[in-house]
Amino acid sequence: MLQTVNKQISLESASQYFFNGMSLMIGGFGGVGAPPTLVNLILEKNIHDIFLISNDTGFPWIGPGKLITEKRVKKLIASHIGSNPEAGKQMQDGSLDVEFVPQGTLAEKIRAGGMGLGGILVDVGLGTVVEANKQKVQVNQKEYMIETALTADVSIVYAKKADLYGNLVYDKSARNTNPLVATAGQITIAEVEEIVPVGSLNPEEVITPGVFVDYIIQSKGVDWKWVWELKPGTESREGQHSK
Amino acid sequence: MGLGIETRHRIARRAALEIKNGMTVNLGIGIPTLVADYIPQELHIMLHTENGILGMGGSPKNGEEDGNLSNAGGYPVTIQPGASYFDSATAFGIIRKGLLDVTILGALEVSETGDIANWIVPGKRVPGMGGAIDLAQKAKKVIILMNHTDKFGNPKIVKECSLPLTVKKGAHMIITEKAVFQCKDGQLILREIMNPYTVNDVVNTTGAHIIVDEKISVFK
Repeated sequence: MLQTVNKQISLESASQYFFNGMSLMIGGFGGVGAPPTLVNLILEKNIHDIFLISNDTGFPWIGPGKLITEKRVKKLIASHIGSNPEAGKQMQDGSLDVEFVPQGTLAEKIRAGGMGLGGILVDVGLGTVVEANKQKVQVNQKEYMIETALTADVSIVYAKKADLYGNLVYDKSARNTNPLVATAGQITIAEVEEIVPVGSLNPEEVITPGVFVDYIIQSKGVDWKWVWELKPGTESREGQHSK
Repeated sequence: MGLGIETRHRIARRAALEIKNGMTVNLGIGIPTLVADYIPQELHIMLHTENGILGMGGSPKNGEEDGNLSNAGGYPVTIQPGASYFDSATAFGIIRKGLLDVTILGALEVSETGDIANWIVPGKRVPGMGGAIDLAQKAKKVIILMNHTDKFGNPKIVKECSLPLTVKKGAHMIITEKAVFQCKDGQLILREIMNPYTVNDVVNTTGAHIIVDEKISVFK
């Protein structure tokens, strides 16, 4: 009888991996592709003093933004907090310690962490405040900053589909930072829309090999309204392309 | 930020003239997003987004939005034939490797030598740089679209930026409601005047040394 690995766990069981003071990476971009059910679980379990690593802080009611709004985050590494005024407020009053990293560099730092590298050489931001406190090296007569790798105690990601081994398939632009974040956690938990038996995914389609994924939970779906749903007809056309 | 809708669209229409067939282009949020409206249909342009699409299309019809298909600003989009999805490392690999022909961005200040400041007003507005530094430093051509002056009437084109920089010597072109400048070899060249402004209007509201092109033209 063939034994197969089954990484699916209950939500209650997943909650044991979250703890106060943990470093947490969340996949997603502006909340798109952020795992809604796991974010709610962290809120329900009263986890606090989180060191959050995320592309951005979403919106106050969307994705990682909820953790900020509920004051669960004490330190943040992100590229952008502009769509979440609550994050800006906490940064100004000193209750949230924020470190900004250029978006592409942040993605690569996470990728480096997930790929077992110590860091990367980057020239993006030379001549700007990004340079501050960075070690520099010359390689082939070019100057680079050393950007250290990022990992986290726990990574949480959202995927469209997973098999029980944890192979992940994403959904359109909800892929974004998820495949990177999935590799960089000491423990990675994937929240998935559809869980299928091992063998039913085409290996050519798999974006994140299941070996990076420790646990899978069934998603309850997005429980927030997107900005464009809240302001139908009145949203700035400058927020979207019409061509 | 004080510019009427018609003026914003005129700036976008002018910027679209810089986009040629076959180009890979990234449009920032704000007026730059409007540029897509003015790219001629017959051109094959691949629009790139930081959140992982190459070949982004226009807005979907009402009711056909997909929460998992959006632009970098979080608004629903569609895709064009030949599009691809990829993760954020690849999205920025495309930028960092210099594969973007044009990026169009907004700015708070631009200096005479093409320095750009567009991500932070210390103590006031601290949104983070997002992808602005990657884009401004690495795209082959960086076009800045902005108001000619701030809300107090102070020039935004200045001798030296007072705000923290996004990039040094990054801008290739500046388009405002009053003028089109080329940034070349550390100099600011006034190439076009936007109707109905005059060269004097531009000179009087610009805080940097301007070289007026002998063949200056008017853009309507």
